[in-house]
Amino acid sequence: MKIHEYQAKQLFRAAGVAVPQGIVATSPEEAAKAFETLGGPIAVVKSQIHAGGRGKGTFIEEPKQRGVVLVKSAAEAADNAKRMLGNTLVTIQTGDEGKRVSTLFVEQGLKIARELYLGIVVDREVGGPVLMMSSEGGMDIEEVAKHSPEKIVSEPFDAIAGLYPYQARKLAYALGLDATAVRSAERFLPQICRFFVTYDCSMVEINPLIITEDSQMMALDGKVTFDDNALFRHKDVVALRDLSEEDPSEVKAADTGLSYVKLNGNIGCLVNGAGLAMSTMDLIKIHGGEPANFLDVGGGANEDQVTEAFRIILADKNVKAVLVNIFGGIMKCDIIVSALLSAYEKVGFNVPLVVRLEGTNVEKAREMLKASGRDIISATDLTDAAQKVVKSLGA
Amino acid sequence: MSILISKSTRVITQGITGNSGLFHSQQCRAYAAECQPGVDVFVGGVTPGKGGTTVDGFPVFNSVIEAREKTGANTSMVFVPPPFCADAILEAADAGMDLIIAITEGIPVMDMLRVKRGLENSKSRLIGPNCPGVITPGIAKIGIMPGYIHTPGTIGIISKSGTLTYEAAWQLGRVGLGQSTAVGIGGDPINGTDYIELLEMFQNDPGTEGILMIGEIGGSAEQLAADYIKSHVKKPIAGFIAGQTAPPGKRMGHAGAIISGGGGGAAEKMAALRAAGVIVSDSPGGMGDAMKQAMKK
Repeated sequence: MKIHEYQAKQLFRAAGVAVPQGIVATSPEEAAKAFETLGGPIAVVKSQIHAGGRGKGTFIEEPKQRGVVLVKSAAEAADNAKRMLGNTLVTIQTGDEGKRVSTLFVEQGLKIARELYLGIVVDREVGGPVLMMSSEGGMDIEEVAKHSPEKIVSEPFDAIAGLYPYQARKLAYALGLDATAVRSAERFLPQICRFFVTYDCSMVEINPLIITEDSQMMALDGKVTFDDNALFRHKDVVALRDLSEEDPSEVKAADTGLSYVKLNGNIGCLVNGAGLAMSTMDLIKIHGGEPANFLDVGGGANEDQVTEAFRIILADKNVKAVLVNIFGGIMKCDIIVSALLSAYEKVGFNVPLVVRLEGTNVEKAREMLKASGRDIISATDLTDAAQKVVKSLGA
Repeated sequence: MSILISKSTRVITQGITGNSGLFHSQQCRAYAAECQPGVDVFVGGVTPGKGGTTVDGFPVFNSVIEAREKTGANTSMVFVPPPFCADAILEAADAGMDLIIAITEGIPVMDMLRVKRGLENSKSRLIGPNCPGVITPGIAKIGIMPGYIHTPGTIGIISKSGTLTYEAAWQLGRVGLGQSTAVGIGGDPINGTDYIELLEMFQNDPGTEGILMIGEIGGSAEQLAADYIKSHVKKPIAGFIAGQTAPPGKRMGHAGAIISGGGGGAAEKMAALRAAGVIVSDSPGGMGDAMKQAMKK
């Protein structure tokens, strides 16, 4: 789960991580008022979307307007806000369709001495969280990682003990920070690492992390992704969710306990198990088709969930055929067939359906299919299933 | 011969009074009864607070220690819900279980880091979480896989997936290759046992003549395994990597299945394995054939 920059900064502030003053604005008037309240000669007006690259991004409806702008007056704040709010920001991370901006964050302008990069992820091979920093702040970190990896310094840290001050100093010296900034880093870095652990994050990225002209380390940016598996113990974080930033079908699926990712093809898939579901997408491609989605109905799926899964797949107008590939372990084949037949009644199937079943209760399931009298194409193995569903498109 | 499971394996189920825990304990008990008539392999379960009761003939205990003392169990199959599962795993390790097989999906990553820490000096081996379990066909299964698709034989399977493993076992059966042991390591980014340790076990197992590795996008476990294979594994190996068509940046079901920061894609894994001499099938439908091909070499 992702959150907006202004939300990340609210959480940072509450956790003692240094951030500039900032005020949320949802109208040009509010943007002007925010500028005045902040009281400085400059402020930054920032579009709030769940994607980076906003500074260089532009709006479809206002091609000259950037996603992040420095302003020197309340009037300027309001003008820019007018061109941003309600419009669609396209950045290098949003894709061509961009994201609609409905919220702005007006932040105090600061005198910046240096821009750094900070990222924290759990490194699987290290088996724990790693704090990465780079002197190349404000730039695309993946480019830096590719072309000048020596410019990135990392410190693995212990999730339970946290980042030690000596580790913070180690990074600060490697980045060439002055003595005052080193002391600021000794406070800031352990705190952001503790934040990462306390909030069960899967990623924290601050780009840029700044050193101000008076040598203070501060988060000028805030990108936080939370471990979805841990949200059950972070109700306050769940409250920050912005559904408008997510694909509605993926949201619906997740709410129903299904895993669904929309793709661009025309062959819908319903599979039990993530590995088999990914393989089914691969299989369709190998046999000349294009998968319309990834859908893992899971092991414990009940009839309602399976019916909802069909509904979600068939709601995609691109879908011209459906492949059901079930290998029953926890998922019982007869449950799938029961739901499948129920979906016929409830949702209405008007595209070819190929069903391949194996596993728990398969004989019972096959009998149910036969007895139903429905026009369902049965497949024996994976290759047969893929060939049949691709062929059914031509039918 | 096999790895992890032997004729002296005795299992209790943590979470036995839940629907999944009970259903699968019953299925496992039935499979073991066919394989080893007259031997009780699945000997009870643990649900704190329900000790002293019985559920379908399985005695229920309050703690793993008590279950171990009263039944002689040496293995735990864990079906505890995600918020409490890390704790259950650590309890099993503390009770001295030799083998802990965690089926549960959805354990927070931070919890698994704590589990790894807790298991550091422990004699317990953890398989999973978010895995289908382990089966040695003809002896016992500890997990949710349908027993009938596996036949005893000489191929060792190591897989991140559940149902894709069943597919593989079924394909192997169709080309006349049974399995020595099939191990699901799970689809989470942090797990108890990874490819390399199991490759070593299979390499040293007299009952295993070939190995099938099933991976998926996310992380670099398969690449690390490929390096290990180059210098340590002499037995024939075949493989398949799921997710060639997965879009970057999206979590594909499994918590660990995500292509991020440009890394963890299927192509690089397939290339690494091929460079190590693994016969990698492009299609999920070709795993059985790939293994047959590898065995001929």
